[in-house]
Amino acid sequence: MRRIGDAPAVKRLLIGAALVLSALFLLLPLVAIFAQAFSQGMAVFWSNVSNYFTLHAIGLTLGVALLTIPICLVFGVALAWLVTRFSFPGRRILQTLIDIPFAVSPVVAGLIYLLLYGRNGWIGSWLDGHDIQLMFAWPGILMVTVFVTCPFVARELIPLMQAQGSREEEAAATLGAKGWITFWRVTLPNIRWALLYGIILTNARAVGEFGAVSVVSGAIRGQTNTLPLHLEQLYQDYNAVGAFACAALLALIALLTLAAKASLEWRASRREALL
Amino acid sequence: MSIRLQNIAKHFGKTLALEPVNLDIHEGELVGLLGPSGSGKTTLLRIIAGLENADRSPEPGKILFGDRDVSNVHVRDRRIGFVFQHYALFRHMSVYDNVAFGLTVMPKKERPSSGEIRARVFRLLEMVQLEHLAKRYPAQLSGGQQQRVSLARALAVKPDVLLLDEPFGALDAKVRQDLRRWLRRLHSELNFTSVFVTHDQEEALELSDRVVVMSNGRIEQIDAPDTLYHSPKNRFVFEFLGDVNHLEGNVNNGVLTCGDAYLHVDLPNGAEELLLRPHEVRLAEQPSDTCHLPVVVTAISPVGAEVRVELEANWLAKPWLATVRHADFERLEMRRGQHLYAYPRQWHRFKDEALAAEQTRVA
Amino acid sequence: MSLALRLTGNTRVLPGFGLSMGISVLFISLVLLLPITGLFGQLSNLSLAQYWAIITEGRIVASYTVTIGAAAVAALINAVFGLLLAWVLVRYEFPGKRLLDALMDLPFALPTAVAGITLATLYAGSGWMGRLLEPLGFQVAYTWVGIALAMAFTSIPFVVRTVQPVLEDLPAEVDEAAMSLGATDGVAFRRVIMPHLWPALVTGTGLAFVRSLGEFGAIIFIAGNMPYETEITALMIFVKLQEYDYAGASAIASVVLFVSLALLLAINVWQGRFVRRLHGGKG
Repeated sequence: MRRIGDAPAVKRLLIGAALVLSALFLLLPLVAIFAQAFSQGMAVFWSNVSNYFTLHAIGLTLGVALLTIPICLVFGVALAWLVTRFSFPGRRILQTLIDIPFAVSPVVAGLIYLLLYGRNGWIGSWLDGHDIQLMFAWPGILMVTVFVTCPFVARELIPLMQAQGSREEEAAATLGAKGWITFWRVTLPNIRWALLYGIILTNARAVGEFGAVSVVSGAIRGQTNTLPLHLEQLYQDYNAVGAFACAALLALIALLTLAAKASLEWRASRREALL
Repeated sequence: MSIRLQNIAKHFGKTLALEPVNLDIHEGELVGLLGPSGSGKTTLLRIIAGLENADRSPEPGKILFGDRDVSNVHVRDRRIGFVFQHYALFRHMSVYDNVAFGLTVMPKKERPSSGEIRARVFRLLEMVQLEHLAKRYPAQLSGGQQQRVSLARALAVKPDVLLLDEPFGALDAKVRQDLRRWLRRLHSELNFTSVFVTHDQEEALELSDRVVVMSNGRIEQIDAPDTLYHSPKNRFVFEFLGDVNHLEGNVNNGVLTCGDAYLHVDLPNGAEELLLRPHEVRLAEQPSDTCHLPVVVTAISPVGAEVRVELEANWLAKPWLATVRHADFERLEMRRGQHLYAYPRQWHRFKDEALAAEQTRVA
Repeated sequence: MSLALRLTGNTRVLPGFGLSMGISVLFISLVLLLPITGLFGQLSNLSLAQYWAIITEGRIVASYTVTIGAAAVAALINAVFGLLLAWVLVRYEFPGKRLLDALMDLPFALPTAVAGITLATLYAGSGWMGRLLEPLGFQVAYTWVGIALAMAFTSIPFVVRTVQPVLEDLPAEVDEAAMSLGATDGVAFRRVIMPHLWPALVTGTGLAFVRSLGEFGAIIFIAGNMPYETEITALMIFVKLQEYDYAGASAIASVVLFVSLALLLAINVWQGRFVRRLHGGKG
């Protein structure tokens, strides 16, 4: 078959350009992270990773991610079910609203939470009177993380569930299946990979969020420092190797995310080929 | 411009799509490539167009347009017009721009002036009766209109040969009829050489000067439509060109027996399979001494010039189809469940594929 | 079906309308919309003149220029580079293709702060790239070039991932039709393929631009943060916050928020119009 641009010279030129530019622009930074992290040997890397503040930052980061995922999951599934299975006025508006976190700068996201729930905010001042502090504490970190990550699950599910249509659920209803049974046995098996992919993206962003978290965390070492914030502090303190040790941990999570995504896509394309 | 293919073959990976093929198409001829899907007909057409390369090994084949060897000429320089199965109109261009495209992309020194392009495009649009839709976009046209635009677009560059891939495949029956008639007329007016691919035997027989019947990457027969229909070279061609009834049984001393049915035939002893077209089946109320084929009417479709009747019997593996004249239909007072006797007016037999088909007329 | 009928739950075949509506509306109100009211609450403490004075202060205006200029350059780089990558990934087979495809998502998966310190280290005078470029007179780190580079890095997947599916869906027949009519590769690409890609390319570039306007973590390390020269607007909000100037931070944030939401809306509307034109509908 002939196609446009399949002359060997053109092909070689374009592939070569794409590979060289990607290597310089994307691969080199990735290599640099690990090169820097291990530049003073394994022992230094290990001591950087295993010191108390780093371990605490890792714990806080993972804890926040673990809490974020179920919240985003429930919201994402509910919203996807709502907008793909029912038609009602305002459906398109809901779909547009969930894109807001993608457009809002993370710093602005952090700021609006700080204004509302901080000591001077109208909810924050009431909470303060009851001795509840959300900002500059882990609940605040969780709240802004949920804000920036909430579109991922819904955005993965909506196109898929739209394409699949509701015929299978309707068939289950005619066979007498009740709501939750229909969801567990008919819907969930069809969307489980998209769901998993949404969770992976949510996790990657939750672990790595920097701008929004830096506004609301206060960044107190050993208390409200997440891994990206800890990394920043180390870098500003001229402890580049320590910063890159944290960066390497985060890059490792990113690589696992990419691997998981690639394998899910591979699985999907293979299933498509079988159909 | 005549087309000559010499020893053209094609593999996709390890699968053979086309056995080495030789084919001569005369100047001004309209040739149909007919076959089921996977028969290699589209591959052959695309090789003629230059959209696919024929195999270069073990030995390269040759494609000649007139005296011009185009075997190694890129599709863009072959001077062909290609009409795609799903039209492949450029969605973002108006009808006018689609038709003008081939003219506007010519190298500067060959390109006609813009006035000339305009005149030629409108002449073509007039010919396909779409001049009033010149400003529309493809998405705003019906399937039949899109097909005519795609034809005008292909003809705009004055191609040496016109190639059409299932040109009417995606249209409904009525539109297809109109377009066929129209293409036939256009062809006799402009007298270009054209090759089209179809899986519809009726379309191939109605449109073509000659039909190339293909199966499994092989040319089975090349003939004019009536020759093809009346003297098919082999069983595949016979079966592909129309509905077929099968009569299987054993011949013993000149009598073919199949369950409680029998028929006197002049054939040697042994297993036999006779083939009949629906119009070769006559129905009567009584059997005869030489023919006893009891059947039951199971379905009747009185639409059209003839009545189509479906017949079943316990000696038949598959139901038969018979066409009877309305006069006979009324005379026999046919109804579902009626018991009748079938008589072959004529049958066909392809005992040995290597030998020519045998045809016998029964009194 | 009348609106009233559609709104009553008992005509629906599938269950869960009330529950999913409840969760969605509650969540969107509490998590997305309510906090934005906090911003307007804070702004209401300012007079219009005060507001105007804050958002037009020289240093802030300089930060708009830096941010928008760098984001525009980054978006343009991404348009070209992203188109090249999408084309190569869809149209050609070559060893390492799957790896390259996976690598495209790296900027989304990699935390922005990690990207930030890595790019800063690479392009600083002593870094691998800086050592090569600075003797040639190219200073990247601590200039707006570095800001544009960081923006381009974090937003490249937008262009690749919006153009890629459109290119994949383009039937081979479009290529073949153009070639059979005598078009050379260059002409066919420009006149037949590009018109199909424009909407996706503009959408992807637009999204990349919006993302770059708001980007923070990846930029602050490489920017150098020199007042009037390499300060981005997101940093200005952050600085105001550290000075406990909540009103100032809110004023600047409202500008950023308004611009990004307006751009997002514009992209959506524009995309919808294009899709309608190509896929039918009379008139």
